[in-house]
Amino acid sequence: MSEFFAMNGYAFYIWGSYGLALLIFIIEIAMVCHKRKITLQQLRLLRDAGEGE
Amino acid sequence: MAINWFKYSAPSAFYGLAGKLVPWFAWSSAILFAIGLYISFFVAPTDATQGEAYRIMFIHVPASILSMFIYLIMAGYAALGLVFNTRLSSMMATALAPTGALFAFISLWSGAMWGKPMWGAWWVWDARLTSELILLFLYFGFIALHASIDDPRRADRAAALLAIVGSVNVPIIYFSVKWWNTLHQGATIKFTGTSMHVAMQQALWLMMLACWCYVIAVTLTRVRSIILERERNTQWVAELEEVRS
Repeated sequence: MSEFFAMNGYAFYIWGSYGLALLIFIIEIAMVCHKRKITLQQLRLLRDAGEGE
Repeated sequence: MAINWFKYSAPSAFYGLAGKLVPWFAWSSAILFAIGLYISFFVAPTDATQGEAYRIMFIHVPASILSMFIYLIMAGYAALGLVFNTRLSSMMATALAPTGALFAFISLWSGAMWGKPMWGAWWVWDARLTSELILLFLYFGFIALHASIDDPRRADRAAALLAIVGSVNVPIIYFSVKWWNTLHQGATIKFTGTSMHVAMQQALWLMMLACWCYVIAVTLTRVRSIILERERNTQWVAELEEVRS
């Protein structure tokens, strides 16, 4: 198992590449989901403001 | 049987379609990544000259190819929006740009991580590397230009011009390893066939497909928010279930 993670001495480079890609994917997914939430919230606020007039 | 192909060019129709498609692409991506990574690390044999380090290829090559493809698709949508004045095409271009930039960054990063052990340098001003860096800057330029103009329709047109002019960079990246003497190696998979081990090819194709599905899922989710934002004053948005509740 530890031999697998050692990658024959290239562990830093290999896991550094895949790790960053994974991190970017996680952050992007979180940002896209957050943007949807915020957009829907704003639409509801806009609607409530319109009804109050 | 007449199919109305233009039906989904209306943001209101596309919004619903995109919402239905997202889970399919998201799950396909997860499954393809799982199989692709398994083959990349457990089935594909150790490379004869590069040892284990070559396994960076399975993220580096798909990310690089996609960064170029996404740019062309983005420029294509931007051009459609510019010529036919279709709102949805411009929204798609805007939605693709951040993902394209991230893939260009993954490509450069994993390239540096591969270059250090193989070439002895994180970075060299090689034609392939430099033109890929310019691609990243073109994405930044597109995003920044679009964000700096308040009127979205004018922003679409200005950013579209930048995207179209910038697309000349994509063939330069692709052919750079042929046109110039570069440290970066040439293409291993060619139209005429390849010398690559079959498990390595399978891993590469699976990782590429997984990345495609990821890009489509993320872009469609992002474009749905952009549609809502830009169509916020319309009746159909006000009548949406997720807005009414």
